[in-house]
Order: sequence, then structure tokens, then C-alpha cells
Amino acid sequence: MKQKSFLRTATPYLFILPWIIGFLVFTIGPLIFSLIMSFFDWPLTSTPEFVGFGNYIEMFTEDDQFWKSLVISLKYAAIFVPLNLIVALFLAMLITQPVKGVKIYRTLYYIPTVISGVAVAILWGWLLDSNYGVVNYLLSLIGIEGPQWLIDKSWALFAVIIASAFGVGSMMLIFYTDIKNIPPDVYEAASLDGASPARQFFSITLPLITPTLLFNLIMSIINSFQQVTLVMLLTNGGPLNSTYFYGLMTYNNAFKHHKMGYAAANAWVMFIIILFLTALVFKSSSAWVFYETEAGGKEKKAKKKQAKEAK
Amino acid sequence: MSQMSLSKKSKVVIYILLTIMAIYFIAPFFYMFFTTFKTESEAIAYPPSLFPEVWHFENYINAWNAQPFGTYFINSVLVTAGTTLGQIVSCSLVAYGFARYNFKGKNILFMILLATMMIPWDVTMIPQYMEFNLFGWINTLKPLIVPAWFGSAYYIFLLRQFMMGIPKDFEEAARIDGCNPFQIYLKIFMPIIKPSLILIATLNMITVWNDYLGPLIFLQDRSKYTLALGLASFKGVHDTQIIPMLCITVIMIIPPIILFIIAQKYIVEGTSGSIK
Repeated sequence: MKQKSFLRTATPYLFILPWIIGFLVFTIGPLIFSLIMSFFDWPLTSTPEFVGFGNYIEMFTEDDQFWKSLVISLKYAAIFVPLNLIVALFLAMLITQPVKGVKIYRTLYYIPTVISGVAVAILWGWLLDSNYGVVNYLLSLIGIEGPQWLIDKSWALFAVIIASAFGVGSMMLIFYTDIKNIPPDVYEAASLDGASPARQFFSITLPLITPTLLFNLIMSIINSFQQVTLVMLLTNGGPLNSTYFYGLMTYNNAFKHHKMGYAAANAWVMFIIILFLTALVFKSSSAWVFYETEAGGKEKKAKKKQAKEAK
Repeated sequence: MSQMSLSKKSKVVIYILLTIMAIYFIAPFFYMFFTTFKTESEAIAYPPSLFPEVWHFENYINAWNAQPFGTYFINSVLVTAGTTLGQIVSCSLVAYGFARYNFKGKNILFMILLATMMIPWDVTMIPQYMEFNLFGWINTLKPLIVPAWFGSAYYIFLLRQFMMGIPKDFEEAARIDGCNPFQIYLKIFMPIIKPSLILIATLNMITVWNDYLGPLIFLQDRSKYTLALGLASFKGVHDTQIIPMLCITVIMIIPPIILFIIAQKYIVEGTSGSIK
């Protein structure tokens, strides 16, 4: 009898056991281990040596590339994140319009998202080629002399941004399903009151999807810091290190220069920056994110207050 | 919004915008597809042409034979199938535990699960490499497949959302019939959540098929390469020859596109379920 009740208590833990093992072995274990590594000089082949905060001090005071890569990644995030959000939202608005055949467009816009980063890098490397690339050819048709996208150091970052914007589909889909969930009578009431489509967008759609906007904003900040595949294959950090992203630097320190301890320190600094930016966004969100339940609550409170005052 | 009717003029504007965006997303693929049948000199000719003068279908055979792409393809299929099976089994078990039971520490554990989605891969990749090196797994497909058998936070989260919505009566009826918890999970829940299992299987297949950094770090011999890794190394070697590279790119992107078109209903519904 006792055994049976033990089994009953243990049942839920047995169900979640695979995740608990995976979490210990593949997530928290490596996470702690990488923090420890960051305090060591840890070459791949010889014995590690404890250096205290040495790696962090070296990074902040001696390593020029650290600061340069950090600036490049921040610059990329600063351009790419808002651009990605605006394009995703714009596409989501387009594919929620009540016109025929709009679902086909939804499928078309999403297709680049399911394609490998390797393929996207090859495709755009070829399209943006400055000798025979079709992009510059098309630009020349309308009288614009295209830049040397992948060779000119002031344009390479934009080439990476154009290629990354190709994968906007998943964010578009999240906005799309959220906009679809807005009840149509809200819009009907607004258009009866004579609100223009633009007015409807800014006063109804945008406030109602702010929670999703917050989610997408955080996800794209995280993703933009982790951008490695595309930049590795499109420009490999060049020209003249102008696209040497932070993630690429970390990867190279670990697997090219075999400075495992130093790379672990790089990665932890990145983690802390991401956490800091996420916290900042969350903190600001109370000023611009609108939760339905919250507003309902406030309204009710206000009504109660009125009722009390009336008494 | 569907009940509202738009003026003819605004409809035209919408179609124009829809089409312009479609060109940005789709035209590169068609242009690439047509180019794969051109000769090398045609491909780099200026001004470029859309269609080849003569259709060189043999380009595909030549590209395929330039490297052991058959082996890469099989490796990619193995990794994709192995991880997908693992995710389905492990994530559904874990999600069932979180969705249908109350136990000590459940809320904290679930918060931890959600928090792990925030950890950048860069932080864990270095110790993971050393860990797999210790296991003797480097240069095998194991580091790419085995972790999938221990669940993935996002898929667990998705499945839990769906399981939460299933009424309690189902399992009570089964329990009265004498089913044990595992039988309830297997015989009652697994069939009901089939659409969400298809969703996570699709998402996982696309992600793993396309993964580049994992294979890049864990694999060394060409005989172990996946298609993504093989294609990238092909780019390094054949930078001057554009046609074979584009042929393999086309071959590589076809499976995920077909999969997406078949399963897109589940992806759209799944996205809608997860944000609620």
C-alpha cells in the first residue's frame, strides 16, 4: 500500500524526468561549467590555468576587437530589430486584408523562413555580387549605380541586413495570428464613427498587439546578437572586419584560436548584455504595452469608484 | 475584418503592395532555379538573362557527383529523423507531466524551463563541445541527435498549452476503466494531440535540416557531413564555380519548402495557440 502511494507521488516526476536529465546535462551543467571556464586560461590541448578575472580584464582593456565587434553587433541590432519589426508588421497587415487569394501571399512570404541559413547566404552572396549580381543590374535599369555590397566596408553590414530580412516570416506570422484574433466589431464600430484606416491602425490594432510586439522585440534582440551562420558564410567578418559580429568573434576565439576560456568569457559578457537589454525592454514595457485584462480591471475600479461617489 | 468591404481603389493598392513584396521573397528563388540550367559563362554574363539559352539538365548530375552528396544527404536524413522521433517522445512525456499533474516544485520547474529559452547558444556550445569530447562523441552524429531525446523547452511549452485545453473527463473515464498513467498518456492523449505533434515535428525537421553551426562544431570527416555543412564547404572550395553551388542549394531547399506547404495549416494554428 505504501509502495503504491510512493509511486503515485513519483508519477509526475517520472514524466518530466527526460527534461530534468537534459536540463542538468545539456543546459545548467554546461552553463556553470562555462562560467568556471571563463576564469581560466583554457587551451584545447594543454592543462588549464586559473587566471581569476584575467580574461575579463583582457577583454575590456586590451582587446580592441572585443569593442569593435560589440559595436558592430549593437549597430546591427539597432538597425535590424526595428526594421524587422516594421516589415513584419507591415506584411502582417497586408495579409490580413479582406481580399481574395491573400492566403497564397502568406505562404509565399513565409517560404524564405524555412530555408537554411547556408542557402540564404549563398543566394544573397550571388545576387549581391558586384560583378555579375542581378541586384546591381536591376538598380542600373533605374539609373542607380549599385554599391560593391560585399567588398565595400561601408555597405557590407547592409548586405547582411538585407539577407537577414529575408527570414522575417516567422515574426510576420506571430503578428498575423494576433491581428486575426481582434474581434471585427471593434473595427466596425470605429468605421461607423468615421475613423480612417490609418487612424484605426494606430488607435485599435497597434495598442491591442503591444504584448506581441514586446515578445517579438525581445526575441529579435536575442536573435540579432546570436547571428553567426549568415555572416560567417556571406562575408566571413570582412571586408576589413567590418562585419566581424560578436558571435563570430566568440566562435573564432573558441574553435579557431582554441582559447576556450577566453571565448567562454566572451559568451558570458554577451549573455549579460542580452539579459540587461531584455530587462530594460521589460521595464519600459509598462509604459507602452497594453494588457486587456489590466484595462478591464481599471475600468471596473473606476466604475466602482463612481458608484461609491454617487452614493 | 472580413465582413468589411474595401473600395476598388484600395483593393488595387493592396494587390500591388502584395505583389511587390512577393517579388522580393520569391523572385530570387525562380531566378536561381533558372540559372542552375545555364552554363558557367552565361551565369556571370552581363547583362544577365532570366532563362538559359540551352537547358543543361546535366548540371545537377555533375554537381551531385562533385562531392559525396549522397552520403551528406543520408546523414542529414538520419539526424533529422533521429531528433524528430526524440522530440516527439520526450517533449510529449514532459508536457504531459506539466499539464496534467500537480506536484511539489512544479511552478518553479516550469519557470526554469521557460527561462532556458533565453540562454544564448554561444554560452553552452563551448562546454558542450568539451563534454561531447569527453564522451568520445566528436565526429559522430550523436551530439546532434542525443540531446533531442531529452526535450526542448519551446516544444514542451507548445505541447503543454494544447494539453491544458483538454477536458479532465477524458482521463477520469480512462482511469475508471483501469488504465495506468502511462496508458492514459499513450492511448488517450497522444491521439488527441496529434496536430500539435505534427507541428513540433515539422518545426524540428526544418530547424535540424537547416542547422549549420552544430554540424560545423561537432563533425570533422566528410563521411559524417550533413548537407548544410557539405554545401557550405562546397562554397569554400568552388567559389569560382557558381552553377554547381546553386544546384546543390536548390536540392537542399526543396524538402523544407515541400514540408512547409504540406504542414502550413498546423504552423499557422500552432502560432495562434502559442501566443494565447
